[in-house]
Amino acid sequence: MTAVLTPPPTDLPPVVDVPIRINRTGTRFDKVFRFALGSSAGFVLLVLASVVVFLAAYGWQALKIAGIRFFTDSSWSPQTGHFGASSLLLGSIAIAVVSVAIAGPISLAAALMINEYAPTWLRGFLTGVVDMLATVPSIVYGLWGLYLISNLQAAPAKWITDHFGFVPFFRTPTPGVFVQSVFACGLVCACTLIPIITSVSREVMAQTPRDACEAALGLGGTRWGMVTDVILPFSRNGIVGAFLLGFGRGLGETFIVVLVLSPANKVTTAIMGPNGLGSIAKQITEDYLTASPVNASALIVLGLILFLTTLLVNVGARAVVGRSKA
Amino acid sequence: MAITDVFRRPPSGSPTDPTPGDRPSPRRRDTGMMLELVGSAVAGLAVVWVVFAVAGINAPLGFAACWFGVFFTLYGILCWRQHGPMIAKDRMATVAIWAGALVALAALAAVILYVLIKGLVAVASDFPHFLVADMTKLGGNAKITDVGVGAAIVGTVEQVALAFIITVPLAIFTATYLVSSDGPFARTVSSVVDAMTGSPAIIAGLFVYLLWTQPHHHSGKSGFAAALALAVMMLPVVTRAAQEVLAIVPGSLREAALALGAPEWRVLLRVVLPTARAGLTTAVILGVARIAGETAPVFFNAGGLAAYNWNPFSGQQDDLPLRIYELVYQPSPVAVQAAWGASLVLIILVIVLFITARMLGKSTPGKHRMPWVRRTRAVDDDPEQLIMTSIATPFPIAPPGTNGPRP
Repeated sequence: MTAVLTPPPTDLPPVVDVPIRINRTGTRFDKVFRFALGSSAGFVLLVLASVVVFLAAYGWQALKIAGIRFFTDSSWSPQTGHFGASSLLLGSIAIAVVSVAIAGPISLAAALMINEYAPTWLRGFLTGVVDMLATVPSIVYGLWGLYLISNLQAAPAKWITDHFGFVPFFRTPTPGVFVQSVFACGLVCACTLIPIITSVSREVMAQTPRDACEAALGLGGTRWGMVTDVILPFSRNGIVGAFLLGFGRGLGETFIVVLVLSPANKVTTAIMGPNGLGSIAKQITEDYLTASPVNASALIVLGLILFLTTLLVNVGARAVVGRSKA
Repeated sequence: MAITDVFRRPPSGSPTDPTPGDRPSPRRRDTGMMLELVGSAVAGLAVVWVVFAVAGINAPLGFAACWFGVFFTLYGILCWRQHGPMIAKDRMATVAIWAGALVALAALAAVILYVLIKGLVAVASDFPHFLVADMTKLGGNAKITDVGVGAAIVGTVEQVALAFIITVPLAIFTATYLVSSDGPFARTVSSVVDAMTGSPAIIAGLFVYLLWTQPHHHSGKSGFAAALALAVMMLPVVTRAAQEVLAIVPGSLREAALALGAPEWRVLLRVVLPTARAGLTTAVILGVARIAGETAPVFFNAGGLAAYNWNPFSGQQDDLPLRIYELVYQPSPVAVQAAWGASLVLIILVIVLFITARMLGKSTPGKHRMPWVRRTRAVDDDPEQLIMTSIATPFPIAPPGTNGPRP
């Protein structure tokens, strides 16, 4: 057999592997489409960023007059040249602190109960109920607080004041009166925060690797041992994030405070009675629509302060949660 | 933390290892355990009762708190003596967690029940009248059967619908952009959206008031202005939720469609969005449910009007949350009764929206033109929960893919 081998033609250029250029730009309509997507993202950015710009622009008048006096003045009365926002800011923070202090432990217990202690058939139902309650409007809670809780909490508040009055917080600015206080507001706000904190921390705790939980139980640990040594360390950052989130919500809570609180915009540590600390959200809501230009501008600065404080809390929450992933 | 902390102390005096058949089930509720629990409760009740009766204290809340305190202490001591510290701690923690959870559920049930009882008086008297009448007859000696929240319902529905129309395309486009590109611009938009998700509602109201309502003077306050404010609130919420849903559409689907030669826009419109449809619907409706009850955005911008105004673009318009707020400050008891009725209507509206969202979220994405889409669940895990969490939080709880198995 004769192999007929034709020698390779020598005049052809050597084959070079050149990857085919993939046309990644897409069709012309793809470009239009991408542009539409990008510009809608740009529009969203514009809207959200202009919130800060608008507040700062309209608040400029008052900022120019008052400047740092927003934090150094003792009282709030822009018509007479007093711009002290400290009572209002402290009041907003106090309400948020009280509500998280009440709602936090209760929500944590509820989240643990739903995840670990409730019978399996009940868990899905309870999760749904908690999520549903998170959408109940806060004005309804405000109404409930105004007509029921503010009066119901007066007797326990009096008892706390009588027996723990040595703590500066557990006093009342108006002796003998215990309704419409920062504490009552915090109590009602706590009820709105319970579903939110429960929902978020339940979700975080459910991320715990199940094999680690089962390993703890398998080694003979108790259920509480599993909770403290596996679930809580794993989800610690997420839970802190959930609390901070609740804190942010409590700061911005408007109509509960408007309906329940009766402030005198004084700087005081006493939170168990009326005529004490004020609240930024309440001040803006009640005064803004009837305010003189300077007053309106000062109220907008209050809004800006509230917005930036909330932003700080949310960014902090984000950072804490971002650090987790044990 | 020492892992030995978790170990249960071996029962003292147990002779040898029991054979597997004799081993008690770890979650067994034996009679001894129930006896300890009930015994402590009864003993606590007796002690507190006697103390309160002797001291002559009449405080139901204090009684309950003291009873729980004494019961908890007694139960702790009893379990400690009987079973040692490890089991005692476990039992006490179980009691504390159940108590906390019951307090939470009781508080929330109290809100719903109280509104239901107070609100039914208004809604049920002369039944559909309260839902269709307006507030023009509210005055000196008006009866509850003279007034109604029809105008407010019309306002709420129109404003929320307008906010929906403004928000949804923008939010879904933006979310698509954020999922499909990864540059500094996309990251900036993403973090601004996250930051805005938790911002106070009153800021949105104030912003739209400054931007739109105030410059338009008398014609400024309208249903449309309120809808704008609601849209500013809703935009970050829906964008973030949609982003979460779109991010978990399997990449292989996109790649398969691209490999078959489909242009990118067709892939998005015909593969990605239909696959995520159930999740997106849930996200949007939950966003609507959250803003429908917001008072602060509409407070500055809707104006409020006792009579019907069907046109959201001109003239002031009523709105359920705003109406509740205004009724509370009226001097007559009828107004307060009507406020409870309006609250009930608002809660029912929100809950209906919520349940609709859950039901749509549960349905698998079905009727698609492309057969391969049909077999893929958009959200493999638990779509409603994911969306719910993303609506509630301004930050991602867990990036997709890091989910551990659930209980």
